Amino acid sequence: MPTEILYGVEVALNGLMAGVLYALVALGFVLIFKASGIFNYSQGVMALFAALTLVGIMEGQVPFAHLINAIFGTKIHHFGWEVPALLAIALTTIVMVVFAWLVQRFIFRHLVGQEPIILFMATIGLAYFLEGVGDLMWGSDIKTLDVGLPQGASFWIEENTAFLGGEDFYGFFIDKLDVVAAVVAAVLVAGLVIFSQYTKQGRAMRAVADDHQAALSVGISLSFIWVLVWSLAGFVALVAGIMWGAKSGVQFSLSLIALKALPVLMLGGFTSIPGAIVGGLIIGVGEKLFEFLIGPMVGGATENWFAYVLALIFLVFRPQGLFGEKIIERV
Amino acid sequence: MKMMKLAALALAGAVASGPAVAELVIPDLSYRTGPYAAGGIPFSDGYQDYFALLNARDGGIGGVPVRVVECETGYNTEKGVECYESTKGEGALVYQPLSTGITYQLIPKAMTDGIPLHTMGYGRTSAANGKVFEWVFNYPANYWNAASVAVNYLLDENGGDLSGKKLALVYHNSAYGKEPIRTLEELAKKHGYELSLLAVDHPGQEQKSQWLQIRRERPDYVIMWGWGVMNQVAIQEAANINFPMENFIGTWWSGAEHDVTPAGMAANGYKALNMNRINPDMPVFDEIRTHVHEAGNAAGDGSNVGSVLYTRGMYAAMLAAEAIRIAQEKHGVADITPAMMRDGMEALAMTDARMAELGAPGIGPEFSVSCENHGGSGMGIVQQWNAADGKWVALTDYIMSDASVIDPLIEEDSMAFAAEAGVEMRCN
Repeated sequence: MPTEILYGVEVALNGLMAGVLYALVALGFVLIFKASGIFNYSQGVMALFAALTLVGIMEGQVPFAHLINAIFGTKIHHFGWEVPALLAIALTTIVMVVFAWLVQRFIFRHLVGQEPIILFMATIGLAYFLEGVGDLMWGSDIKTLDVGLPQGASFWIEENTAFLGGEDFYGFFIDKLDVVAAVVAAVLVAGLVIFSQYTKQGRAMRAVADDHQAALSVGISLSFIWVLVWSLAGFVALVAGIMWGAKSGVQFSLSLIALKALPVLMLGGFTSIPGAIVGGLIIGVGEKLFEFLIGPMVGGATENWFAYVLALIFLVFRPQGLFGEKIIERV
Repeated sequence: MKMMKLAALALAGAVASGPAVAELVIPDLSYRTGPYAAGGIPFSDGYQDYFALLNARDGGIGGVPVRVVECETGYNTEKGVECYESTKGEGALVYQPLSTGITYQLIPKAMTDGIPLHTMGYGRTSAANGKVFEWVFNYPANYWNAASVAVNYLLDENGGDLSGKKLALVYHNSAYGKEPIRTLEELAKKHGYELSLLAVDHPGQEQKSQWLQIRRERPDYVIMWGWGVMNQVAIQEAANINFPMENFIGTWWSGAEHDVTPAGMAANGYKALNMNRINPDMPVFDEIRTHVHEAGNAAGDGSNVGSVLYTRGMYAAMLAAEAIRIAQEKHGVADITPAMMRDGMEALAMTDARMAELGAPGIGPEFSVSCENHGGSGMGIVQQWNAADGKWVALTDYIMSDASVIDPLIEEDSMAFAAEAGVEMRCN
């Protein structure tokens, strides 16, 4: 097989893997939008906050240490213990549940019935507030996140695919972290689908998503469902934060991964969990192949804008996205 | 009677307020928040701690205390300009914008307001031409020097011959990242290497395409012009594709501790340029610990002392303090103005003896500034990350850049600016 085609396949494979990582971020947006109609601008910052909290707990960092030291003149930074990764993930999940409750209790409970744009604005405020709290709580330095995930090229795949091409083909490059991310995303989606289809809370969540008023009339607690949904989105943010943080360290630019999720949402639809996955895969493969084929002719760095162009093209023909619910308004 | 009362009030007011207290105002356009905070914090800590040391130990400079006015830019150009506008009225002597984007916006403002800018190893490279840029200084070296230092190092590694070698530049797709391209292209013509360019969009969190391309094309060397998360991701991706780290060289904004630590042992052997030496055992750091940190006046939490960017921030403050001292001597005035500061910067001469006297032996190259040359010596070192010990190790002494290639480029670019802005040549 010609080497160029093999490398094209390699780029497509890596695009699929990157798409899974984009989809992980997009999932959090979908969960909240589906259940409450809120476009959660703070989803990226939630991923950052969750990852910061995870590293902080793992390293035994004292939260708000800088503030405490500044006020009391102390010099405390760490408790002196380290927490195993799994326990730290569990504790961080609890923190994200508490965060979800706080968001519901102090923000959205007061905004029930408001226009979607008001709710969106509230999430913008929440994003900046959370970023500031994260900074104050855990500091601005870049943190190394090591939860034991494998990284680097899979030599097994490289060696066993090298025969496909000539001497200038080195086998397919697949990052082991990306493979783990794909498996985790698959488990996460399966878990979410099972939860929403076969559990009482899941069915209540779907009922709220379909019609708030009708759900309320049959005794479903809107507050509980919103806390549940924000908790799930918080957990998804934690998973996304772990995957992205393992690549680059945990740092404040992690919140910008939300930019990668937007075209995925435009393409897959704001209300579909499978849409987030399929959208992520299409964006991932599309942007990588475009960069591979056209990038060199136009100076490269096409991925950021091409993802949005691709999403816009889909938007023109299917405004609700590939899997979104068709918007029908009767007058 | 009424006049008497007014006169008495005026006198009382004058006595109460006392004479205006002289101070040397130094704005610190820092970024302690946002995606680039990890780089901004240590630089700002070093910058502020050095002035705090001078205040605590020497009572300021020439007997006049230094007042540092910190303003948070978030590495955002608009905020940086706001910081400039809000602090210039306080008698600011010199600005260190710490951002190429902010620098470009401030150059025309500084020219109008008559306040010097020191853009140390960043900003507009052609500002090295003092005949055109009266108020801008970029000593001890600029981006084009950095590109040339990297190539000269590689020449040295390859017995003086790079012909037939393949170099790839992985760069931040911004004005900053594009700075070295022209120089590297000119040097490619001269030395016969093949240059490929790989742009990475802001912020640089996703670089799979670029590193797959590197894996396919197998360049002999990769040079990186990155900042922020782009650095950490690039180093991790290079490790993922098993690119030899000793053939991967970052510029001096891609060579701090936090750039390499996320990749762990995989970053071992990665190289980076530096415009100054790092040595945590320099006497000046002990002085800072004693007079500033132990007194509870540290700008940060004190954990950064001796790190790459803390050292660079402190070195920047040291150069500013030296320029102030020279300006005071030159004009016979302790409480200097921005115009006098500019004169001091233009007469700056850093010798080995003076650096040792300041408690920082060998921190920078020896250089002097003149009316014509605002760019210093243009030298840099190459350092290498030792992951096991968790520290940078200097591989070389200060390496000269190729003036025969860079000077004409500086001349060309600065003359274009002069023509566009209607600047009259000086230093005649």
